[in-house]
Amino acid sequence: MLEIRDLFKSYENKPLLRGISFSVSQGETICLLGASGSGKSTLLRMIAGLEFPESGQILFNKIDLAQTPPHARDFGLVFQDYGLFPHLNIFDNIAFGLKMKALESSSLLLGMSRQQAVGLQSRVAEMLELVNLQGFEKRKVTDLSGGEQQRVALARALAPSPRLLMFDEPLGALDKSLKEDLLNQIRAILHKTKIPAIYVTHDQDEAFTIADRILFLHDGEIIRDGMPDEVWTNPKSAWAARMLGMGNVIEGRMQKAEGRRWKVKTSFGVFNVKCEHKHSVDEKVSLLLKQSPSPVFGRGARGEGDEIKLKVEDVLFKQDQLQVKLRGGLVIHLKEAPKVGQIIRVKVQVECLA
Amino acid sequence: MQNKILNHGDTETLRNKFLRAFASPWFFRILLWLAPILFLLSFFFLPLSKILFLAFNTSAFTKANFQLILSTLSFTFYQATLSTILTFVLGIPSAILFSRFDFRGKSLLRALTAVPFMLPTVVVASSFNALVGNHGLFSFFSSSFILHPSSFSLILSAHVFYNTTIVIRIVGNALSRLDPKLEQSARSLGADTFRVWKNITLPLLRPSLLAAALLVFMFDFTSFGVILLLGGSNFSTLEVEIYLRVLKLPNLPLAALLSIVQLIFTLIFSILYTRTINQVTTQTAPRFSLARPPKTIRERAFVFTVYCSLFTFFFLPLISLPIRSLTRLEADRGQRGEVQYGFTTDYYKELFINRRGSLFYVPPIQAAANSLGYASLTVFLSLALGYPAAYALAKPTRLEKFLDPLIMLPLGASAVMLGLGFIISFGRSLASPWFVPIAHTLVALPFVIRTLQPALASIPERLRQAASTLGASPFRVWQTVDFPILSRATLSAATFAFTVSLGEFGATLLLTRPEYPTIPIAIQRFLSQPGGLNFGQAMAMATLLMLLTTLAILIIEKLRLPNSGEF
Repeated sequence: MLEIRDLFKSYENKPLLRGISFSVSQGETICLLGASGSGKSTLLRMIAGLEFPESGQILFNKIDLAQTPPHARDFGLVFQDYGLFPHLNIFDNIAFGLKMKALESSSLLLGMSRQQAVGLQSRVAEMLELVNLQGFEKRKVTDLSGGEQQRVALARALAPSPRLLMFDEPLGALDKSLKEDLLNQIRAILHKTKIPAIYVTHDQDEAFTIADRILFLHDGEIIRDGMPDEVWTNPKSAWAARMLGMGNVIEGRMQKAEGRRWKVKTSFGVFNVKCEHKHSVDEKVSLLLKQSPSPVFGRGARGEGDEIKLKVEDVLFKQDQLQVKLRGGLVIHLKEAPKVGQIIRVKVQVECLA
Repeated sequence: MQNKILNHGDTETLRNKFLRAFASPWFFRILLWLAPILFLLSFFFLPLSKILFLAFNTSAFTKANFQLILSTLSFTFYQATLSTILTFVLGIPSAILFSRFDFRGKSLLRALTAVPFMLPTVVVASSFNALVGNHGLFSFFSSSFILHPSSFSLILSAHVFYNTTIVIRIVGNALSRLDPKLEQSARSLGADTFRVWKNITLPLLRPSLLAAALLVFMFDFTSFGVILLLGGSNFSTLEVEIYLRVLKLPNLPLAALLSIVQLIFTLIFSILYTRTINQVTTQTAPRFSLARPPKTIRERAFVFTVYCSLFTFFFLPLISLPIRSLTRLEADRGQRGEVQYGFTTDYYKELFINRRGSLFYVPPIQAAANSLGYASLTVFLSLALGYPAAYALAKPTRLEKFLDPLIMLPLGASAVMLGLGFIISFGRSLASPWFVPIAHTLVALPFVIRTLQPALASIPERLRQAASTLGASPFRVWQTVDFPILSRATLSAATFAFTVSLGEFGATLLLTRPEYPTIPIAIQRFLSQPGGLNFGQAMAMATLLMLLTTLAILIIEKLRLPNSGEF
């Protein structure tokens, strides 16, 4: 369906996007995950036709969209700040896209047939039901809460049955519980309508909830493209691991290869790591230290993996467990509280991040 | 299906190439500016340069001329200084009243003090005439000095009447923004009421006092209608002298020289004003109102006194105009001394009659029709020119930063000067009725742009983008997003242009042709003629104008965007 080929774009003379390529197929929801300022919103706006790429192509059903103005693309876009029309009520907001379509086809300046009007009414009612806002037609935009406004924005984008739906950090301005609620609603709606969708966010929780496929955008390039479980078990890059909140990413230097396994020297000791890519001796690499499922501190730590021994620097209470900061910046989670200054042993699994 | 889409794509290509060329930002901006800039060049900068050229013509540099300029200038300064002082005498207690006290009818009283600022000068002059003029209501009761003041004190009162609202607005706002903790701590450190004022409040208020004084002074300095209509031929400010040297004792080089002198002074004042007002607005606002009901006896006495004086001073002239227009107050023909009085609608009826030997070739009410016609043209012109300029200014680039002050420059030129410029540039004999609405547009345009621009800038780009992703073409985006949101601002700007045109006096007086009088011109002609009937008709016309203008002010106030109105 949608295909992006080698897109370039700079912002204030600095390259922002450097050769972006990916595709979205029918019924698929992809999620672009990237830090703020990584150019992910710009990418969406270029797909919507609101900005122009410097080079590269955007194709839909194999047709290049370079010459198609935004209003003729038939793509829905949901903005972070909703972009609801303050001078129109909820009904007119949701009906806006439908009216534009009707006007386009009938080439009337104003007014539409009775039949069209009835169709419009039922479509808007249908959309309001879809987002759980039945009976809100006559309300004013300003009378709604943030979550309700975002649902109206979603209904508005969905109403004209766009060929593609795009979400630009749609839940960024909402609080956490509302976020989860809406996210599930969006997911359900996307599954029901089978509209291909691109969802942009910097929040990995959102990304993993909604995406069929996750794309990491970093330094103007897509550095990872995969199913959520693949991405989670193997982030493949230090940046992705940090972005996913995996915590303990450390730097090391390759020492010696034994087939696919390398000995890597780090400030926490030498680890024996399996690496997928080719490496050379003395190359700098990033390693992900994952805490073993049942870490035990003190003498004789049990569990799989390598053992490290470090001094406790700080202990924080985090809900049902304790977050323990160790020397060198490592963070682990424990059930029992160690003393600050105490030296503990922890079992970790070490993975190579490209 | 596939084929159809491809064809569609092809036509899109051509159309978009065309659109893309037009959408090039520079091309588009220049297109927006084209009409407003051409208009200003031909009707403001060209006349201005002609005035400059004429003023530095050697024939104007004579000793007699310089003496005249010097004496006019000194009278202009004298009356403006006196007016400003008097305005402060009434304005400062009023500012304290409105910023520090809550009382019944506060918003009504505030509105009452604000009304004159928007009223045409002919209406204000007529109001004072109706109350205390030669044929005024008070002349019926007595001919004593107090009830029948000199024309000079009438001029001063009219200036105070006009400008008190400026002091209330600027100084009052600053007063209500003062942090009460400062005064409280001074008091706790042992300062009494007087010392708190002298050492804390006054120094903090200085920028706003200065700004208000400069603005009031500037308005008094360029006062025209009030002086001409209330002072008769005895007093001439620079502005009046320019008018005299164009129409009464024609000497265009001298008129040009006078207007250059005036322009220099207004420019200095407005630069000083802009500087001081910038200092005023940087002060922070407290989150609550300082106003409270008066408690002590002294406070109550203060509120009562100021309340009553304000009410009397502002309400009496305004109400006496309609009353006088419906009151017969003259000696019957041939019966000297025996004054008849009572209710009459004769003055209004008389407006519809074309009397032989009257001041007009047409029934006086025709002036109202002319005024409405000119006002409609002004609305149309100023919106047509103001919209593109406001669009460009809403998203300013370097070009706009350069053009913005140029667009506002006509504000600094007086109306009479605009008229003079037109006459020099286009010739009085050639003056077609078109020049009147053009001059009105020059006066209204800066206000129209300043009303539209913030409204345009307040529309988030998001909304336009949302509309376009929902399938709205650029025209439809304008129709469905920009226009509805702007309709309030548009109506407000239109009403403003309408009001300006209805009341404009100075430029119209110089440019209008005898057969096309406007309401203000008709009033001026009636007032300059002897006889009770003429005076009565002036009152009737002025009442009509006052009603029209008040209606327009009410509309503007209803439509005002919050926080967008400063002088």
